[in-house]
Amino acid sequence: TFTWLKTFCSRPPNETADTGLPAELMLMVMQPGGPGIPQCNARSPTLFTINTWLVCSLLANIFVAIIFPFCKRVPLRYQMKVKVIARNPDDYVRETKLDIQRVPRNYDPSLHPFEVSREYTRALNATKLERVFAKPFVASLDGHRDGVNCMAKHAKSLSTLLSGSCDGEVKVWNLSKHECVRTLQAHEGFVRGMVVRYCGTSFFTVGDDKTIKQWKMESPGYGEEEEPINTILGKTVYTGLDHHQNDPVFATCGQQVDIWDEQRSSPIRSFTWGVDSFSSVHFNPVETELLASCASDRSIVLYDMRESTPLKKVIMTMRSNTLSWNPMEAYYFTCANEDYNLYTYDMRYLAKPITVHMDHVSAVLDVDYAPTGKEFVSASFDKTIRIFAKDGGHSREVYHTKRMQHVICIKWSADNKYILSGSDEMNIRLWKANAAEKLGVLAPREREAANYSQKLKEKFQHHPQIRRIARHRHLPKTIYHQTKELRVMKEARRRKYANVRKHSKPGSVPVVSEKEKHVVTVVK
Amino acid sequence: MAKVSKKKASKKKTRSGGAEQSNEGHPDVIYDDEKEEDATDDDVTVEDEDGYDERKRQKLLEAIGTLSGKRKKTLGERSEAAVHMSEFTVNAEGEGDKVDLSDLIGSMKTTPGLSGKSKKRLKNLEQSRKTIECPLSKQESERIRRDLAFQKVSKEVSHWKSVIRQNERAEQLVFPLNQEHSGPKPIERVVMDWKAQTPLEQEVFTLLSANKQPINDPILTPTEEASMKAMSLEEAKVRRAELQKARALQSYYEAKARRQRKIKSKKYHKVLNKAKSKDFQKQFDEMVKRDPAAALEELNKMEMARMQERMSLKHQNSSKWARSKAIMAKYDEGARKAIQQQLEVNKDLTQKLVTSLNKEEEETMEEEGNADVVPDFVNDAEQGLDFSNPWMTGKLSQDCVEKETSNAVTIRAEENVAEEEEVEETEEEVLLREFDNRRKRRQAQEADAPVMLMEEEEEEEENKDASDKEEEELSEFTSLFKGLAEGCGEADTAAELEKELKIRCQEDEELLTQGKEAEEEEATDKGPVVPQRPPATENTQKTGKSRKRRKGIELKQVLTKGTQVLQVPFAPTIEDAEDSEEKLDQRGLIKEAFAGDDIISDFLKEKRKQEDAGKPKAVDLTLPGWGEWGGGGLQPSCRKRRKFRRKMTPPTPRKDQHLPGVIISEKRSSSIRLHQVNALPFPFESPSVFENTIRSALGRTWNTERTVKKVTKPKVVTKLGAIIEPMTREELVKDKNGASAGTSSSVKRKP
Repeated sequence: TFTWLKTFCSRPPNETADTGLPAELMLMVMQPGGPGIPQCNARSPTLFTINTWLVCSLLANIFVAIIFPFCKRVPLRYQMKVKVIARNPDDYVRETKLDIQRVPRNYDPSLHPFEVSREYTRALNATKLERVFAKPFVASLDGHRDGVNCMAKHAKSLSTLLSGSCDGEVKVWNLSKHECVRTLQAHEGFVRGMVVRYCGTSFFTVGDDKTIKQWKMESPGYGEEEEPINTILGKTVYTGLDHHQNDPVFATCGQQVDIWDEQRSSPIRSFTWGVDSFSSVHFNPVETELLASCASDRSIVLYDMRESTPLKKVIMTMRSNTLSWNPMEAYYFTCANEDYNLYTYDMRYLAKPITVHMDHVSAVLDVDYAPTGKEFVSASFDKTIRIFAKDGGHSREVYHTKRMQHVICIKWSADNKYILSGSDEMNIRLWKANAAEKLGVLAPREREAANYSQKLKEKFQHHPQIRRIARHRHLPKTIYHQTKELRVMKEARRRKYANVRKHSKPGSVPVVSEKEKHVVTVVK
Repeated sequence: MAKVSKKKASKKKTRSGGAEQSNEGHPDVIYDDEKEEDATDDDVTVEDEDGYDERKRQKLLEAIGTLSGKRKKTLGERSEAAVHMSEFTVNAEGEGDKVDLSDLIGSMKTTPGLSGKSKKRLKNLEQSRKTIECPLSKQESERIRRDLAFQKVSKEVSHWKSVIRQNERAEQLVFPLNQEHSGPKPIERVVMDWKAQTPLEQEVFTLLSANKQPINDPILTPTEEASMKAMSLEEAKVRRAELQKARALQSYYEAKARRQRKIKSKKYHKVLNKAKSKDFQKQFDEMVKRDPAAALEELNKMEMARMQERMSLKHQNSSKWARSKAIMAKYDEGARKAIQQQLEVNKDLTQKLVTSLNKEEEETMEEEGNADVVPDFVNDAEQGLDFSNPWMTGKLSQDCVEKETSNAVTIRAEENVAEEEEVEETEEEVLLREFDNRRKRRQAQEADAPVMLMEEEEEEEENKDASDKEEEELSEFTSLFKGLAEGCGEADTAAELEKELKIRCQEDEELLTQGKEAEEEEATDKGPVVPQRPPATENTQKTGKSRKRRKGIELKQVLTKGTQVLQVPFAPTIEDAEDSEEKLDQRGLIKEAFAGDDIISDFLKEKRKQEDAGKPKAVDLTLPGWGEWGGGGLQPSCRKRRKFRRKMTPPTPRKDQHLPGVIISEKRSSSIRLHQVNALPFPFESPSVFENTIRSALGRTWNTERTVKKVTKPKVVTKLGAIIEPMTREELVKDKNGASAGTSSSVKRKP
């Protein structure tokens, strides 16, 4: 039979048409994916096309070369079955090139016993690749001659950024070109706060020279002098500024919190509660009449613009530098505290923060929410930027460069793609919000692949190897050691407290959770 | 407020003259807190409502002062800014002149406008000796105010709860939230924004608007538009007439239907239904000729109805009505009939529909006068769905001719005993049964059920060795077609069979098919896998005889016979004479091929070794010399050794205990452990839930395209280059509307 098979296969197909096959040789026509394999005796020579001839000859060669030596002991009177794979071109050739490629697959799970392990491998690879491609730093904007003290996003244009420095200079940047468009000397001394009006046609600055100035967004024409539209001279220094979401009203803070009408030169309302200075004030972007401010007596005070009195204040163990409202969730805000942590509060229940966000190793100076309200970014005195999920206790990402000093101000761009940081060493840095993300327009297949790998990473995120790789970050030595040190301190404190509890009368030393620990009182 | 603002305006005007002057002009201006601050800025002083109130009070005091006659204006003018002002904004200078309450009340008596009631109340007050509670301290009142304000605000803010929760739960959030749909906008909207700016443009536009000329794209004047909208008189009339007619017709039909529905006569309805079905039949027949596609659709519908009927118990005797009738049936002829009727309905509905189609086809064939056997079969083969496959076209027909003829031969050989007058019928019967058997056999083979075959089949095998081969081929073919026409399933083969029958004799086809169908149904009802024993040849003869009398298959007679199930090794479908002689299967072949190297025993040895290694060994705890004489070469006593020998508890049975061909290692592998989750991660509450999330694969290797798309949908989608605005109040409104709509829909869904 073998010799016959060989001779048959060595002949070209037109010859086989004449000869035909002996009755003993039955060829099973296998079709992939078909449940009931149709069986057919291939006696009719027309069934033999070139395709099968090739397959057949190949098989025969393999058979003779590899299996035949082993099969010497098999008596030849046993009839051998040769299985031939036949392919109908209609099953796999597209009719037009616009059709999607048909991929014959059997989705029966019993046929795929290793699906989990295969996906795990994919997830592992995806995680590794993510780390490989994580290059968050996009550009650095230099030009300021002193540390950048404040920044403002343009309300209508994504590519415009305003920054104010410690020498009173304000610069307007074009982010897409990475260049400064306009420079103006706004104040003497620091530019303390800056905000763009909701229409984007003008912006306000406050400075150490006790003035509030309103400027046009457009640069002055040729020969015109750089002059503010309005200047308000105050009695005290203003330290912060914010504008209402859609009314011509803005708020400043300093000795007290003032609400100003744009048309008036005196505040329409001012709030005081005790004698303290305020470091920042922020309007709620959703419930637009509400405000919150951070005071130097370690408190956060809530206001309603319509009321004549403040609403409530919470006093914490250390001072909050600034706060940011969640732009999608009306009653949540996050404050950046001097005690290295950030606290997310529900404004209705101030007695206990919802989440304590830890990881910084020095005072947190600024915080800004992503426009989607899912994450926020914080800038710290420890020269790093960290990104937290809104309900995550620890940061998902940390950005730092060798040259970046204390980060004073931070902004998340309005398209949720970039982060802007202004730091002590006079530079503004542009980062990607998602370090491994590919910028620009993605092809559909790219996008699908990215989505798939993202889901895989999520699915296997609890597996130790994947978690280890995904969490791995190179940190500056100082921060690494400080983190360690802090951990040790925290552990020691915990142990001490546990010991105190153990050796005192039951019930006399209560368990205080991490969340409750940092709140001193809530003042009505 | 308007009044206040007016006041303010006037104030401003005076102030523009000069700040000092204003002070002189109004000597009795009292400064409140806020003003005091502003006093240092010489150009900025603003009064607000408080100031207004103060002034009013001042006026009142003035008026009171004048009433007494004696007092003169003694309220001093404020000349310098004081750091702290009295809370009640009264200057210290006027301290001497106090206004007593009695003074005020004294004037009350003389006032004519007062009612008696209030006078009485005053009197009461005078008489009562109770002191009034002093007002709360400033701090406390402030606190209360703050608390109230806070409560109000927190309540207001809590409205967002549902929106926030919804967004948290949402599978996907698309930002920016309120996106305008991209695409072409109507020109009006685009043009609307544009305004005439240059003087020329303005002039042109004033002219256009003055003459009521259009500015926007559809360049039509209002009159033109109106005329466009209007219809001609004739058209309107025609349209109205049409509408009228339609309405009248509708009402007629409705009235008729109502009348018919009200008729209680069952006979009437029966006749009506019959007429309807007849009509339908006619229509269907025509449709088959004219529009086969539509007919097919109709057939599908019928098939669907049949399926539904078979699934439901609507016309079975399980309904409440049927049960009540069943009770009555003993006594009542009518009830019995009603039940019969219902069952008939069920039978009608569950009847296979394929026969009718075949009948149609055959009739058409007959009309063509094409009584040839071969082309018929060829046609059928081409209907087997995969005629597009070049492999499947070809010389199939030759075989089938052979097969057909051979078939006929075998049947004739078999039916020699049968009576001559019934020959045709029995022949058909046997043929039918044979095919049926074969079909069932195939089914059994596919389902991997224990192979069973009929006694009869064996007898046949003995009888016709010669024709066996041909038979095999035939079965091959039928199986082939079955494989190809997957979707058609049974119906196809049944149709095929019937076709053949039809060619042989056409007079009795109706009866036959009916009988066959009934059989099939019964068979499928009883169970798909176990083939039923068909009546033997003798049996068929009997039925043939009986049919001579009744001309139909008596279901009960045929089907209530006890079936004999016999275990017979099923012959493989493709086998030659040689092959059947040497019954060596593939495994045996392999075994023979690898006879020298004894893999199987090696494997078994290895397994045994592993098993032994896994078994805990007994531990010998004897200490030589303990309680005995010690020294070199001394053996601890046998008794002691026995005493201190500890047998370990037998290990849990191995997992591969009953799997001879498998070795399952239950040892923990360190290389795998690195990759395994060792503690239940946070959000999960039970390991099984977590395992489930891991178990389901996401990729396109294991899922369909659509599933993959759905599963890998990202949680947050942002548009490239779009500014994401914060949430606005509209979202809240939208959510409320959505929620109300949702509840209403859910209410609707419930019944």
